[in-house]
Amino acid sequence: MSQDTLFDKVWDLHKVSSLPGGSDQIFIGLHLIHEVTSPQAFGALKDKNLKVKFPSRTFATVDHIVPTDNQSRPFKDNLAEQMITTLEKNCLQHKIKFFNIGSGNQGIVHVVAPELGLTLPGMTIACGDSHTSTHGAFGSIAFGIGTSQVRDILATQTIAMNKLKVRQIWCENKLSNGVYAKDLVLHIINKLGVKAGVGFAYEFAGPAINSLSMEERMTICNMSIEGGARCGYINPDEKTFKYIKNKLYAPKSENWQKALLWWESLKSNEDSIYDDVIKLDASKVEPTITWGITPGQSLGINQEIPLLNDLSPNDQLIAEEAFEYMGFKPGQSIKNTLVDVCFIGSCTNGRISDLRVAAKVLKDKKVSAKVKAFVVPGSEKVANEAKKEGLDKIFKDSGFQWREPGCSMCLAMNSDKLIGNQISASSSNRNFKGRQGSPSGRTLLMSPAMVAAAAINGKVSDVREFIKK
Amino acid sequence: MKSKFTQPFGEITQIVGKCISLIGNDIDTDRIIPARFLKCVNFDSLGKSVFEDDRKTLKGKHPFDLEENKNASILIVNSNFGCGSSREHAPQALMRWGIKAIIGESFAEIFYSNCVAIGIPCFTLPKKSIKIIQKYIDNRSLFLEIRLKNCLAKSKDLNFDLEIKESSRKMFLSGEWDATSTLLKNENLIENKFNNLPYLKF
Repeated sequence: MSQDTLFDKVWDLHKVSSLPGGSDQIFIGLHLIHEVTSPQAFGALKDKNLKVKFPSRTFATVDHIVPTDNQSRPFKDNLAEQMITTLEKNCLQHKIKFFNIGSGNQGIVHVVAPELGLTLPGMTIACGDSHTSTHGAFGSIAFGIGTSQVRDILATQTIAMNKLKVRQIWCENKLSNGVYAKDLVLHIINKLGVKAGVGFAYEFAGPAINSLSMEERMTICNMSIEGGARCGYINPDEKTFKYIKNKLYAPKSENWQKALLWWESLKSNEDSIYDDVIKLDASKVEPTITWGITPGQSLGINQEIPLLNDLSPNDQLIAEEAFEYMGFKPGQSIKNTLVDVCFIGSCTNGRISDLRVAAKVLKDKKVSAKVKAFVVPGSEKVANEAKKEGLDKIFKDSGFQWREPGCSMCLAMNSDKLIGNQISASSSNRNFKGRQGSPSGRTLLMSPAMVAAAAINGKVSDVREFIKK
Repeated sequence: MKSKFTQPFGEITQIVGKCISLIGNDIDTDRIIPARFLKCVNFDSLGKSVFEDDRKTLKGKHPFDLEENKNASILIVNSNFGCGSSREHAPQALMRWGIKAIIGESFAEIFYSNCVAIGIPCFTLPKKSIKIIQKYIDNRSLFLEIRLKNCLAKSKDLNFDLEIKESSRKMFLSGEWDATSTLLKNENLIENKFNNLPYLKF
């Protein structure tokens, strides 16, 4: 059993009671809600005649269903309009702070909370969205929940949960030039598998993790869930504190000093005990890209799609399904695969640093005429900053469409969808069958820089060739 | 599709029903209920859309469309079932189609806890046993009687010792899987926690 890790300290601090069945009742310090997984929870409160226990600890935004072309109200899509209206009403009725479209603070929930300083080290954070693990980048314990647990948090600010084990993933050395956090996390998921993290919290550590920016760390923790781990985190350090300082909801003046001292004390001890430790060499990671229908089915840009016999017996069934769905052959190279749509955005890679990296590749270049390319900033803040830096102009000049913030084609709940069996080069997090809105649509996950390179060439390309030039 | 749906309530001590087998590893929640069906403010109409895209692709040959599975209520799956999105819409859709319990090699974590929260017990069995069940179902119907008390699954020909997390088993037996009221019992402790967490004072 793990001891003295950040996870242990934060868990113990938030434990309210041991429940009769053997699970723990855990206090949730920050609860984030959005329009998709909250309406039924508010409905259940009404049915049970309950109130929101601590309205000041829940914050809302709207992201999944928002259109990214025309956001004027009412939305063209009646169902989407109904969902945003329901959220507006629920927030008003229960006195929950809501960052609506046009507030300057709306965006993907996992982009918004950190940039507002809501996400702080040492918190427990829950949201009805599996990518809540993103917030672990700040040294918080953050995880996705379902709607019944959203109800429980609204009603009690607590949930019933079994304590997780802790696996440290130690990343040696540094990522090489043209290789990004997305490549590293895809590599980790490929090495460990998509279900290795079940029952674990992942602690990402080591020189390669320390050298990442806060936004890159969010990309890593974001995808913990794709490796099966409900929760992933990184011990806070000077970079964490610098990012948080002066944010809207961050502690100020005297409280800032108190907070710093407390945050320092939360880090995993040097002699912490882990349930498991995995080590890998980050300098060996190549630009990584998925070829199949799970985020674990990935390879380096210069590698070939595996032969069935090269895979462990447990991975063969899903690999066969992937070959059939994707239309790729075992042994085939992934490089030069033609793409139809290029998407930059999502809670994984829709932040300002992602847009900067992609814009750098796209500057003075043109998107292939065969490709539809669009960029969806992760939040209104990201969009505004990008405009200030002139990135929107670089994207538009290259042939990318510049859109309004939201989740967009990561899960295609709005009108941004693949058509037929189109192939997308996507900076998002899931390549599941049908994920991007077409039941036969195909997704290749990669870093934003790699999406930019694919957009220019109209095919899967090695972004390092662009950086060299 | 069944016509009547009643939400589980209170103590869940046994599940008796016909098995339906769905073969495949890593079946994600986007497949169980595609995102376009999440545009709703209640769960009521999700049952008919469960596995919508997979079913369309198989043109009537998907297990959830076969006549013989019409009244099945125990779903047999392979490994990492329910991975991906945290959408409770996935188990809600299965439940509203008629599923009352799931037996598999392994489950994704958020899916599993969503199932507990809405009253669907998820049991595990070794790969070998799942294969035996899936093969059996290939040729004939399998009716199982599952008792939570001893985690035994019995049928005419096959018997299995199922596994389930002890905390979940107890919650089903006591009815505390519907957790809100249990959590509310500790109101004073919750208030104390709220008043004493360091960061809530910053």
